[in-house]
Amino acid sequence: MLTVLAAILGIAAVVGAYYAIHNEKLTAAIIASGIVGMVSSILFLLLAAPDVAMTEASIGSALTTAIFFFTLNKIRQTNG
Amino acid sequence: MDQYLGQVVMAIGFILAILGLYGLLSQKNMIKMILGFSIFTTGVNIIMVAIGYVKGGTAPILDAEGNAVAKFVDPVPQALVLTSIVIGLGVTAMMLAYVMKLYQDKKSLNINDYKDLKW
Amino acid sequence: MDKKFMVALLVAAMAVILFPLFQSFEGGTQLSELGQYYTQNGVSDTGATNLVASVVVTYRGLDTLGEVTILFLAASIISFFLSVSKDDRIENRTVMSVTEILSTASQTLVPIIVLVGAYILVNGHLTPGGGFQGGAIIASGTLLMFLANPNHKLNHTIIHVIESTSGIAFVAIGVIGVLMMDGGFLSNKLFDLGTPGEVISAGAMPLINIFLGLKVGTELSNVLGIFVESQNEK
Repeated sequence: MLTVLAAILGIAAVVGAYYAIHNEKLTAAIIASGIVGMVSSILFLLLAAPDVAMTEASIGSALTTAIFFFTLNKIRQTNG
Repeated sequence: MDQYLGQVVMAIGFILAILGLYGLLSQKNMIKMILGFSIFTTGVNIIMVAIGYVKGGTAPILDAEGNAVAKFVDPVPQALVLTSIVIGLGVTAMMLAYVMKLYQDKKSLNINDYKDLKW
Repeated sequence: MDKKFMVALLVAAMAVILFPLFQSFEGGTQLSELGQYYTQNGVSDTGATNLVASVVVTYRGLDTLGEVTILFLAASIISFFLSVSKDDRIENRTVMSVTEILSTASQTLVPIIVLVGAYILVNGHLTPGGGFQGGAIIASGTLLMFLANPNHKLNHTIIHVIESTSGIAFVAIGVIGVLMMDGGFLSNKLFDLGTPGEVISAGAMPLINIFLGLKVGTELSNVLGIFVESQNEK
């Protein structure tokens, strides 16, 4: 059962990663990479690593995404 | 039932790492390159945790009396990945700070516009 | 054309490097020798029931010191690059108005998130958690605060004091372990190991976890604060 769940989550992660790399819109790409972080935190949980899952959930999906958006906002400001 | 869980998750990490590396190398936009780098890091972390997985293992937490109640997964790769994730955030933030400064200088995100060190 | 070929070559080379790892992996049924040692002797050596935390804090404490150093270096470089001089700063820049839901929710949730972070940090030697996880959760509380009020100013003096004090305390505990005990750097036999499973047990481990969590939490909050403040440059 867990294997099926892991496979579904894996498809979501791979699609998210592909979208993050190939999308022209930067905001959509950054959100997609946040989804990859979120899904990978669930994968860590399935592999019996709750410590890693906790860190990845707060860093991979929240803090990294936020820092990317701060950078993007700054770049738009500089643009005028 | 779940005897292939380790292999499935490792395959996912493998694909993520390859996709991230491809994005890092093929994109021209610097922010896209950093996105590729962070996906690459995630993939490598998943591979590392999957290496330490033991079939049917539980999280390496003992019960209150300090006895091992079940088969455990390997705690060492988990400890390494834990630090690796935090370092990954620090490195990503540092690269984004560089991008901000570079953009202020040349008003471009395209990596091909930065030829100052090219010869 | 040439560049695309090079990219394909590099990606293929990476795949070739990684593939044997995937192929030889059988999802072992047996722990490695090192993992077996930690599982069997972890409790009697460190008194902590969370083996991951005992590896991070005690067995591989020196690696953790290196990690904290790298994080500190990254934070210093970021603050060096993104510091805004007084002349260029816009006071109270106009930002998109924050909805009622976000501002109210942040007032309620930020204390709870920080409390959860502190709980995870203090109980790191018993349940999943520890310094890094608690610090990351505290930093995400700071992030919510910044999202609700982008013009909020962090008090840098307090942050630097907390950060450097906990960093020095972390190293000091390690050095005391070398000087006074036979346990080596970051030995947690500084205090009595106690009964495993109680909050005050595992020797110096809760103390190390608290300092580590404070250092990581303030450092990540500081990085976030610098990124937010750099938006104020004209």
